[in-house]
Amino acid sequence: MASELPPFDPETAAKFMLGRGHPGWLGLRYVEHGEDWVELALPWREDLVGETGSGILASGPIVSLMDMACGMAIWTATKEFRAVATLDLRVDYMRPARDGAAVNGRAECYRITRSAAFLRGVAHDGDVGDPVAHIAGVFMTIGASRA
Amino acid sequence: MSGDDTKPHLAHELPAYARSLGIRVERSEDGAPVLALDFSEIVEGRPTVFHGGATSGLLENAGYAALRAELHRRNRQARMKPIGMTVQFLSAAKSKTSYAQGRITRLGRRNANVEVEAWQDDRSRPVATAVMNILMVATGNDE
Repeated sequence: MASELPPFDPETAAKFMLGRGHPGWLGLRYVEHGEDWVELALPWREDLVGETGSGILASGPIVSLMDMACGMAIWTATKEFRAVATLDLRVDYMRPARDGAAVNGRAECYRITRSAAFLRGVAHDGDVGDPVAHIAGVFMTIGASRA
Repeated sequence: MSGDDTKPHLAHELPAYARSLGIRVERSEDGAPVLALDFSEIVEGRPTVFHGGATSGLLENAGYAALRAELHRRNRQARMKPIGMTVQFLSAAKSKTSYAQGRITRLGRRNANVEVEAWQDDRSRPVATAVMNILMVATGNDE
């Protein structure tokens, strides 16, 4: 069944995956991808700031951004869409994002086993070499593979 | 302790992001606010299930709210900056209200360690937990 489907393409999938629900509300956008990674963007918005009076995006939306980038990185690496569940996600904040800046999230799926996927990634506000946050996550596939 | 007297104060201090997502202060218990988030399309991930990011947002705000309440009680004024947060997702949060409350495990001068739990109908079966490490930068004349 799944073999008849074209391989998962994050740019195409972003059109519907990011258009609804929580990612849609945040306004997440596709940026670019590689073999095993996906980068998404979280545009700056006044109602997403974390501290009243500051222009700095809250960390909650950054977690959402990274969680979504992780999921899409898994499907990109495995070339198929299978429902996944986040088991745990660790975020280390290096520094606040710049005032008024959009934040990009790049997640890489560096290891996949039969049931678990391991991810790492960064959130940055323009320079991927100077991240706002580092993340590490473990995801589990739910339901049987259709491959 | 009854926290009802601090409720308007705490509600007022929920950041823009929390209010925008629909997080509210439900009540206060043992000195720490219990936050609530109703299910709606804007928190949805997989159909009928909370997005992990929305659950994380609720956990995180409950952690900050617990620390804010404690600092307020100690008459300390500080800006809180996140250092790190690890979220464990235990089961899918379904299409009903989620609650979360933080508990301070250690409050130092410069940082605080906070544990947070989120649950739905049954508090003894959390849907997600988090540990947070929060840096505090004094802004007032405390200490």
